[in-house]
Amino acid sequence: MTTVRAPGVWKRSANLRVGFLYLLPSIILFAVFLFYPMIRTIYLSFFLTDQNGNAAVNVGFENYSYLLTSPAFLNSMKATGLFVLYTVPVGIILALFFALLANEKLKGIGFFRTMYSSTMGISVAASSVIWLFLFHPSVGVFNRILLVLDLPQIQWLLDPEWALISIAISTIWMNTGFSFLILLGGLQNIDEHLYESSRIDGAGYFYRLRRITIPMLSPTLFFIITISLINAFQTFGQIDILTKGGPSQSTNLIVYSIYREAFINYQFGTASAQAVILFVIILVVTLLQFKLLERKVHYQ
Amino acid sequence: MRDSTLKKVWIYFLLTVTSFLVFFPVLYAFMISFMSGPEILQGRFFPEAFNFDNYAKVFDRLPLLKYLLNSFIVSLTVMIGQLAVCSLAAYAFVFIPFKGREFVFFLFISTMMIPWEATMIPNFFTIQKIDWLNTYQGMSLPFFALAFGTFLLRQHFKTIPKELQEASQIAGLSRFAFFWKVILPVSKTSLVTLGAYGFLTTWNMYLWPLLITTNSSVRTVQIGLKQLQSQEMSTDWGVVMAGVIVVIIPTLLLLFIGQKQLQKGLSQGALK
Repeated sequence: MTTVRAPGVWKRSANLRVGFLYLLPSIILFAVFLFYPMIRTIYLSFFLTDQNGNAAVNVGFENYSYLLTSPAFLNSMKATGLFVLYTVPVGIILALFFALLANEKLKGIGFFRTMYSSTMGISVAASSVIWLFLFHPSVGVFNRILLVLDLPQIQWLLDPEWALISIAISTIWMNTGFSFLILLGGLQNIDEHLYESSRIDGAGYFYRLRRITIPMLSPTLFFIITISLINAFQTFGQIDILTKGGPSQSTNLIVYSIYREAFINYQFGTASAQAVILFVIILVVTLLQFKLLERKVHYQ
Repeated sequence: MRDSTLKKVWIYFLLTVTSFLVFFPVLYAFMISFMSGPEILQGRFFPEAFNFDNYAKVFDRLPLLKYLLNSFIVSLTVMIGQLAVCSLAAYAFVFIPFKGREFVFFLFISTMMIPWEATMIPNFFTIQKIDWLNTYQGMSLPFFALAFGTFLLRQHFKTIPKELQEASQIAGLSRFAFFWKVILPVSKTSLVTLGAYGFLTTWNMYLWPLLITTNSSVRTVQIGLKQLQSQEMSTDWGVVMAGVIVVIIPTLLLLFIGQKQLQKGLSQGALK
């Protein structure tokens, strides 16, 4: 009788080797284009750099202490915070309103769904050019409407008081399509039976909205809030086309500030320090979101 | 019932007004693209005639065809690359159990916490060092791996009965054959969703092409729009809008065709 030997290490590790092979492309790409550059960014944030982005002089935390006392950077942080406040809540409420309307089972509803989601198919660059025209001081639609209503004209993109709000309005429009699609998908996943029993009870529309729809939609809402927050912190294209960070720095959001510091001023050290701050903010926002909302979210 | 008719009318009214407002900027841009300078100054909504002068001009002033071609090549490359890389990874996460898989999965999740913009400086220098500025591979390769795409496919692969795997082993199919001949074909819907998503987001990408294209050889339409807008500033809005319409038509079409699919697929990937 031959003894059955336990399979060798080579054989036992077959799954490990094969599994790793399938994951290898992702792992290599993440390593080269995400983990390495993130670490490198943190490293560079402690240095003064030369024109080619090589570390030259170790300055410790000086880049950070410089930023945290620089009025320009603090202003950029403030503008970013305001921008998030302007865009995220309004954007989500608007998209939710559209999704609720478009979730009604009516004839021709497909057409309306397509209209609402259309902005997802329009690039940031194209949207920005369109809005540049809408905001135009003399031929733009908004000032024409103000003129008709006999109200004073507004320098939408040139007035420091208005520029950030104008950018926020255009951004809300750009993001509506995506948020709408996600929320509509979430609404359609809600079980019909939940509504039927409440209808028998004679519950009104808003009661059902508050007691059934919103709680059941909470995982989707939670997802879209997180994504919208992160997107708002990453805003770049509309700034580059509409205002270039001006007037008087009022729309110099953090990613635009990083871009300018690195690729126009060639200050890669301070730019990296700003990038690290952006990373930390997004990390904290995501973790906080999970901590705060996880308990409140209703999972099916 | 009178009550429900009233409700219907009210909903149709809200639908019509709000969806018109949402679509208005695009519709207006479309109208402007047919107008001459004086017409635009008059502030009309409908052009006097639908002539294509502005479209001819925009193709004249910019190498727009070249840019369109570049955008197509880059978007298709990223789409195919993402489908390949993400489906391989998702397959491993569902069908190949091995020690340490949870850790790798955690690594994938952690990539979602790193904003791409925070890594762009070293990435730019990496691409510069390997001499990939102004190349298609420099434009596309960094975006092949995608945690979101992997999760979306993983979600779908998990619904495939495990018996299929056993049956295919008995039938003598190799692991890769099982992946290629069984898993991919039954996951067509998720693959289409991810494909459309990848194409759309790449077509619309702005910051990366802005950084790594210094001439028109691989420059995409988005950067072309920026060029057009800064060249034509305040002079010829009709030509600028013609450019905008040309650039958004491919993605709008893709969205109109795949809207239902995208909405289903994305919300599935978002949850669970």
